[in-house]
Amino acid sequence: MSAFVGKYAEELIKNAKYIATPGKGILAADESTGTIGKRLSSINVENIEANRQALRQLLFTSPNALTYLSGVILFEETLYQKTSDGKPFVELLQEKKVVPGIKVDKGIVELAGTNGETTTQGFDSLGARCAEYYKAGARFAKWRAVLKIGPTEPSELSIQQNAQGLARYAIICQENGLVPIVEPEILTDGNHDIAKCAAATETVLAAVYKALNDHHVLLEGTLLKPNMVTPGSDSAKVAAEVIAEYTVTALRRTVPPAVPGIVFLSGGQSEEEATVNLNAMNKLEVVKPWTLSFSFGRALQQSTLKTWGGKKENVGKAQQAFLVRCKANSDATLGKYTGGSAGGAASESLFVSDYKY
Amino acid sequence: MASASLLKTSPIINKTDFIKGQPIRQVSVVRCHPSPPSGITVRASSYADELVKTAKTIASPGRGILAMDESNATCGKRLDSIGLDNTEANRQAYRTLLVSAPGLGKYISGAILFEETLYQSTVDGKKIVDVLLGQNIVPGIKVDKGLVPLAGSNNESWCQGLDGLASRSAAYYQQGARFAKWRTVVSIPNGPSALAVKEAAWGLARYAAISQDNGLVPIVEPEILLDGEHNIDRTFEVAQKVWAEVFFYLAENNVMFEGILLKPSMVTPGAECKERATPAQVADYTLKLLHRRIPPAVPGIMAMEATLNLNAMNQSLNPWHVSFSYARALQNTCLKTWGGRPENVQAAQEALLTRASANSLAQLGKYTGEGESEEAKKGMFVKGYTY
Repeated sequence: MSAFVGKYAEELIKNAKYIATPGKGILAADESTGTIGKRLSSINVENIEANRQALRQLLFTSPNALTYLSGVILFEETLYQKTSDGKPFVELLQEKKVVPGIKVDKGIVELAGTNGETTTQGFDSLGARCAEYYKAGARFAKWRAVLKIGPTEPSELSIQQNAQGLARYAIICQENGLVPIVEPEILTDGNHDIAKCAAATETVLAAVYKALNDHHVLLEGTLLKPNMVTPGSDSAKVAAEVIAEYTVTALRRTVPPAVPGIVFLSGGQSEEEATVNLNAMNKLEVVKPWTLSFSFGRALQQSTLKTWGGKKENVGKAQQAFLVRCKANSDATLGKYTGGSAGGAASESLFVSDYKY
Repeated sequence: MASASLLKTSPIINKTDFIKGQPIRQVSVVRCHPSPPSGITVRASSYADELVKTAKTIASPGRGILAMDESNATCGKRLDSIGLDNTEANRQAYRTLLVSAPGLGKYISGAILFEETLYQSTVDGKKIVDVLLGQNIVPGIKVDKGLVPLAGSNNESWCQGLDGLASRSAAYYQQGARFAKWRTVVSIPNGPSALAVKEAAWGLARYAAISQDNGLVPIVEPEILLDGEHNIDRTFEVAQKVWAEVFFYLAENNVMFEGILLKPSMVTPGAECKERATPAQVADYTLKLLHRRIPPAVPGIMAMEATLNLNAMNQSLNPWHVSFSYARALQNTCLKTWGGRPENVQAAQEALLTRASANSLAQLGKYTGEGESEEAKKGMFVKGYTY
């Protein structure tokens, strides 16, 4: 069971490595139509295509912000959208050396017989869809698996099902030229302590990498998007250094060095928290053979969204806010973030209980 | 039923334990064992800190392991090759020679012993364990009970030794051992069958968990036998499968990776394969394997065979220490030089030190092969060093 080395192998390795460039990270702007609707409604903006296009244009044309990004994950609609001057978003990103990515899963559904655990949909015609996305300019993909911590969770079924799903998705992507971002998110919901989150994370990641290996996935052409290891949402918070230690330990125990980069999801952390935690991890003096970076959605866009409020006259200020978060997280990937970029909105928790995307 | 034992609280990085800027991690291993009614199996080994420290000590730069754990039968073969009878006295004399080589601890961080040797004294009455400790060498112990046929397989073997392993390990710890070795094998010409691979991996995982529970750092050794006509790509394929299984079962058994060492076989063509490979190719394939399968938490990889390959592997920076665990490669010339005669002891010890220092250089990526004796060179190019 060697890794599958198909016609895209070299390109996959090159792209994965590039996305994992220290000092850069990923903007997750792949909110589905339903989810982006929630964001827009929070600032009283109507969920129509024009507004969705306006928001994404705001982000992608932010002066200087793109220097800090190596990739942007898009929703299918956005992959085919253009700026108001008619330039395809994909081209805009490519010109700035930002790799376009595409969300390819079709959401989660419950696993019958479990206590609310889920599996991810999206396999039908996945190969053909990936090939189309590749033609449209995408070079990486994302598929979100969700697990939770509870008295009997994550269950063996949920772990196996989600690990197998991620592995199958990953190999199909690689067959079609897309670097798969492997995302086994363990939700923060609960009153468990950080040690329990660490245990769950290590168990899940061990199963994920076993599945990836069994499916012949070429690890050098993948990226990992895990949760940070933190206490549950109902538990007392701990210092960033503690989160950093537990997280990096879990990763050192499970992620082979062949993987070029680990791009964290922010979960419900506030913009500032997410940045500070990422920074603490990069400051840890222990061998980390993969880049530790970010793939943030809410944690990059929250302040920007609030500042924009849907008004054209606020675009400039909103783009400024976006630049601030991008630079802060870029610094965090180098362990150089000194704080102070937290405005009011940046410190606001983005945790929503039992978050449904 | 939940079996919760006391969990260590927050991890502390002890700044006084810096080794080359890398602090020793002190975190209890906690894994979620989801099974009704309520779920966590907490692993809190009281030996956690010591295991981490021992593993790191064995995996220190410029040093490797001397494997001198030949069973009595195997030792008999070695002694026979220089015309000596297989008596306890002769085994004692030979082992005394090895452990007393002056300054051996400069190149050797650990020595694996056979059970008899762990309880033996040198010819001048000092405990062998104490001599090793005096040399700054960690004593280790072979704990497996050998290979036997695996029923239901394709004429393959499995490794025995789990029965009573916990109490044996505890006794070995009392006697001074701090690491253990268990060698299982996988045969490519025979498949390997999925059964054989699973059994090898699972046995290693059980042994590793039991060892750690009793204070011994387990060396995890799934040897992929050289025999066969297969090419290097086939070896690579099998090795990736074996190591994926090994690490998955180690994780399932709640083994703490910061407190283990690995002993993988290098990725080479089969012994009977017509296509040979250069040391650089072997290093390349082996490193790729390690990068794809070995989590960085593992402190040391103690490889078998070949100084040249070890040197090639240490030309680049690796997340784990890559060193050696050699038996014949270290002992061969020494044994021949000794020939059983007391007057040859010093020369024999020098031969041992020469091999040890050469491999020490290879660990540092600095081995050049200059000044090697003809005997040593011969060993290198004929005896299993041509791949």
